[in-house]
Amino acid sequence: MASSTDSNVKGENSQVSYKKYINTKTDRVLQSKKHANDIFDVIEYLQSEKDKEVIFATNACSKVFCQLFYRGDLYVGDLPEEEDLVNGDRSAEEKYRIFMRHRYSNCVELLLENIGHKAFQVKETSLCALMKFVAAEGKHPLQNLDEHYNFPRELLQTLVEHLLSEKEDMSLLISRFQEFLEMDDVRYYVMSSVRDNIYRVMGRNKKAVIPVYQNNVFTLLSTINVPSEASKMRHFLVRQDCKFEHKRAFEQMWLVFLKFKLPSNMYKKILVILHESIMPQMSDPTLLIDFLSAAYDIGGAISLLSLNGLFILIHKHNLDYPDFYKKLYSLLDPSIFHVKYRARFFHLVNIFLSSTHLPAYLVAAFVKRFARLSLTAPPTSLLILLPFICNLIRRHPSCRVLIHRPSTAEEPCDDPYVMEEEDPAQCHALESSLWEIKTLQKHYHPDVAKAAMKINEPLTEQEDDISELLELSTFELMERELKAERKTIPLEFDTATELLKSSREVLGVHFSLE
Amino acid sequence: MMRKQQTFSRGLSDKVRKSKAAPEIQKNPFEVKINRKKFDVLGRKSKHDVGLPGVSRSRAIQKRKDTLLKEFRLKDKNNTFIDRRFGEYDSKLTPEEKILQRFTLERQRTQDRKDMYNLNEEEELTHYGQSLAEMEKMTDVIDSDSDSEEKGLLSAELTATHFGGGGGLLRKKSAGDDEEEEHKPRSRQELIEELIIKSKQEKRERQTQKEEAQELTEKLDQEWKSIQNLLAHKTPKAERTDETDKPKLDQYDMMVRELGFEMKAQPSEKLKSAEELAREERQRLQTLEADRLKRMMGDAEEDAVQTNTHISADDMNDGFILDGDDRKTLAYKDGKWNIEGEEEEKEDEDDDEEGEDDDEDDADEDHCDLQSDEGSEDEDGQGAEEEQVCAEEPPAVSEEQKKAAQEAAKAELPYTFPAPESYSDLKQLLQGHGSEQQRLILDRTLKCNHPSLSAGNKAKLQKLFGFLLEYVGDLATQNPPDLRTVSALIPQICGLCQMFPEAACKAVQTLLSDSGHSMEETLEVKGRAPMPDLDMLVLLKITALLFPSSDFRHPVTTPAFLFLSQALTRCAVVSLEDVCKGLVLCCLALEYVSLSQRIFPELLNFLLGLLHLTVSDKHNMGYTVVSPFRRQGKSCDLLVLKDPNVSHSWNRKPISLQTAHRLPAQSPVERDHYRLSLIDSCLDLVKRCTWLYKDLPSYAHIFQPIRALLLKHLPVEGYPAPIQDLHREILDAIPEKPSQHAPLVFKKKKPIPLKLFTPKIVQILDYGKKRGNTKEEKERERLKHKYKREFKGALREIRKDTRFLAREKLSDVMSRDAERKRKVKELYGSLATQEGEWKALKRKNRK
Repeated sequence: MASSTDSNVKGENSQVSYKKYINTKTDRVLQSKKHANDIFDVIEYLQSEKDKEVIFATNACSKVFCQLFYRGDLYVGDLPEEEDLVNGDRSAEEKYRIFMRHRYSNCVELLLENIGHKAFQVKETSLCALMKFVAAEGKHPLQNLDEHYNFPRELLQTLVEHLLSEKEDMSLLISRFQEFLEMDDVRYYVMSSVRDNIYRVMGRNKKAVIPVYQNNVFTLLSTINVPSEASKMRHFLVRQDCKFEHKRAFEQMWLVFLKFKLPSNMYKKILVILHESIMPQMSDPTLLIDFLSAAYDIGGAISLLSLNGLFILIHKHNLDYPDFYKKLYSLLDPSIFHVKYRARFFHLVNIFLSSTHLPAYLVAAFVKRFARLSLTAPPTSLLILLPFICNLIRRHPSCRVLIHRPSTAEEPCDDPYVMEEEDPAQCHALESSLWEIKTLQKHYHPDVAKAAMKINEPLTEQEDDISELLELSTFELMERELKAERKTIPLEFDTATELLKSSREVLGVHFSLE
Repeated sequence: MMRKQQTFSRGLSDKVRKSKAAPEIQKNPFEVKINRKKFDVLGRKSKHDVGLPGVSRSRAIQKRKDTLLKEFRLKDKNNTFIDRRFGEYDSKLTPEEKILQRFTLERQRTQDRKDMYNLNEEEELTHYGQSLAEMEKMTDVIDSDSDSEEKGLLSAELTATHFGGGGGLLRKKSAGDDEEEEHKPRSRQELIEELIIKSKQEKRERQTQKEEAQELTEKLDQEWKSIQNLLAHKTPKAERTDETDKPKLDQYDMMVRELGFEMKAQPSEKLKSAEELAREERQRLQTLEADRLKRMMGDAEEDAVQTNTHISADDMNDGFILDGDDRKTLAYKDGKWNIEGEEEEKEDEDDDEEGEDDDEDDADEDHCDLQSDEGSEDEDGQGAEEEQVCAEEPPAVSEEQKKAAQEAAKAELPYTFPAPESYSDLKQLLQGHGSEQQRLILDRTLKCNHPSLSAGNKAKLQKLFGFLLEYVGDLATQNPPDLRTVSALIPQICGLCQMFPEAACKAVQTLLSDSGHSMEETLEVKGRAPMPDLDMLVLLKITALLFPSSDFRHPVTTPAFLFLSQALTRCAVVSLEDVCKGLVLCCLALEYVSLSQRIFPELLNFLLGLLHLTVSDKHNMGYTVVSPFRRQGKSCDLLVLKDPNVSHSWNRKPISLQTAHRLPAQSPVERDHYRLSLIDSCLDLVKRCTWLYKDLPSYAHIFQPIRALLLKHLPVEGYPAPIQDLHREILDAIPEKPSQHAPLVFKKKKPIPLKLFTPKIVQILDYGKKRGNTKEEKERERLKHKYKREFKGALREIRKDTRFLAREKLSDVMSRDAERKRKVKELYGSLATQEGEWKALKRKNRK
């Protein structure tokens, strides 16, 4: 320790010296059992304040202990207390092994502490060293338990515990950890330890929301991919023969995670990947119904996103969801045009309403509600919405009365539609007309106005394709406009003389230059 | 040649048929060939049903013999030049002798041909082969139409011949006529003498007459010249020279010709009175307005070919444009424009670099502008010397001291500026000057670099527009923003835009797209973008000033609309500055749609969101706010008054645009006042919206959320009276119950007419195969067909030509061979006779 502080004092020049120091120490430890005490010096460096020293020491430790594992110099079996060592009547060899085993566990503890270190490099090297120990322990088990079941689960569990910190965002380290998850046995044990971990932590926290922890868990979970077939599992960290029920473990892990209350942005994150990376890997996706219906009831963007999962369950797993359309109807409010997942939502709604067996009142209710909402929509949404409404009317010819009601023509009437009514059957949409679309014919964007003009005449048979409009952004619209070739550029003929002075001045009324 | 033959051959059969010279040939069945027709087409006249192949062939051969064969014979043959002058190739003669000999020969020739009746002159003197006497006459004026001495001479000759016998008498050439005449009988001699005297007298008389006539014409000329000025405008220079120089014939001719060819004086447009000008202006504006409405409806979207540049009656179509800002602008209602016009004229006076121009007449202003332009041109040539220019400036006739001070300030500015090549150039040019001076500098730069002055100026000024926009953006973003200068530069920007609409369009488009792009990027990275800065707001305002926002689709304003939409939906409102910027955006949006009355949902959403910021209790809402506002959260009560008592001290006044850039640190009371101003503006905008959209079918539905907010949630009790009034007005304007509307029906379609069996009449341009539908296509097909036929004909002719030539060549060879055979035979024959004779002789000798 003294020498290390000395080297600290010496500063940069001592860089080489601490390396040399650690190297000589490790060499001495490995060379003969006489110098076993030198391991203390190396382990002390793990607590050093300098990141470089810690990294170097970590590497040295992993080298030493791996070598010791290889030689079989670590005590196997239940470890006696260190104090008992002096009294006990053991051979020197055995004493040495027990001593080394104690140093090993010291070292592991320190490394686990270092997982929560400030510097990422330290974290990373510690993680790698620990994973090396896991591999070494797997080959040379420290406990004489089952013959074929010698994966060091305790070590991995503690490692996972440290990875899923409750205080710190570990996403970087977890993405580094991902490469170890390629190995099937590691993945399996990680999954089971995560499950236990979630139980423990959430139970401790009385099921309250812990955003950092849950975020870490989610990062870890979302990196896990289960191979579709068991026969493909060939990568093992530790040589094993036994089969794992990966899918089950995966399913249980997710279900446990989703069982607890989640922060709202976590819901969004999960729902975004749910249908692509989680549901297909589960053995029984219908178990997700609790989570999905809970999410669907939350409202807003989360409800929109949960539609996707629900759709898969209804469509592929024969799930019966009562009042699905009623709920979908109640989901429609002005915010749907402004959320990020607008494209996905419209895609799904398009699928849900694509059936021609839906009752006319239902489709009319949707159409009318969409039309009413379109009064607040930006042009990008309107460009999706208007063809969509036209498509719906095409699919359901009985809804044509919404845009063409010749019987009572010329007779002004109130709009019978009730916007506030939650039940599409009660909202009288079928007795109304789409005056909103008529209003939008005066929209400022030429394409929107043109799309709205279509209801003036009988619709064509061919449906409009809205799929390519789904991802349209305002800037893309703008670029489309900018790139169009124009022959003439009309100019304002009232020549302006001042900034805030024109024939239709509004800005100048409220604002002044000074 | 081919072409000639072609036309010839085509007309040949016709000619043959028509020619009556050979009726027996026409009748001869062996000569006539009849072309069998497959179908008989009614009404079609065929030219080629009967042909005379023999005749046409013989004609073609004859023609070829005349042309092609001649050329062929003359091929590779050159003419030689043979000098036939005396002794040219005689080497024995010395050059002197040669010349002497030639001279004598020449003399002899002339002597021989001597006219025997030529009494006056013995021989003609020549120069360069032309008679000297003749030349003298040519130069010696007049005599264009009068008789010459030759005429007199001729008459004498005639008389002499008339009397006969004189020929032999006068044949001998001699100097003394009298001696010879003495031998003649008296009477005759006397007669002749008498004749001579008479003729001489006549001659003299004619001479005097001629002189008199000449004098008269000269006098006439003089008089003509004196009145000539009245008839046509000629350059005074020509007059002066005419006066000094003695008038000559050719000059006179020239003038006559000039007068003949001169363009007739054309009536110029009469000067217009002020009323007429105003009427014209109104008419122009009416047509422009009609055009704008058309574009607004989107009908003329494609075919709108319209020039917005004003063309004056004096425009010569040479691209010279006077500065646009001296034109009066007219509003729509009468009476109003007058005031504006006067104001502008005042401004014009201020702006005018001459400074003394008090005339209100447009024409005069134009004139002075022209002069100033010329002046600047001159200065360009001289290299822009400031002092000189200063000296040129007339004394100011300022009434006020301020004006005088301005003049003094202006006097310091140079009058010519090079067009800035880069943005930094422009910045250097304009920085450090006051806003009026900057405008002046820019004005002069534009004048000095007017596109009509030099070829490269157009590109320079086009670039200048982009730099100007950049500069304006810089002015708006600097701290504090210099918006006065921006405002001062507007006329120049407008002028440039009128000059180069394309360049202006490109520049504004680039700025919009750049800004939109950066906003999109920040949105993608962060999810929310900051409100656009003041420079973008100013640019959007300028866009509205330059381009018509009411168009259905416009290359600049439609993207500007989209930019506004993006800004109003995606930009976070987190501070009072953002609220202010948002309000500016709302004002702009409202301005954009105010004429076309188009619906702008984002605008209403944003106004609702702004009003939502005033509500402190965010529960039990009867409305939903959308992006960028949130129902609850931080910065959701930006407009909630902190102190309810400030409303008494608040009074309505315009908000400074500079506060949109940065709100100065203020006391809480001032901040509350600022909030009240913002709320006031916001409510006023809502009111304007209700006016604008009250005719829409969904008017009530659009304003329902705002109504709910205003009715139940707006803490209107704490606001000052003007705002409360505004609030009441809006609530009155929005009906509680939606208005009634007729259910929608499709537009009545025009019934499709029944099919009728009237023949479709198509114009046939040319017989034969028809391809193509349009007139151009048909014409093209026709030409193609014609070309093909011509090409074939030409080929055929060329083949015939070669065949003909080959035949000729062959016949040449054959005739040559025959000749040779004949000669050989002849030789053989002579040899045989020789041999025979010799043998006979031999036989004789032997015997």
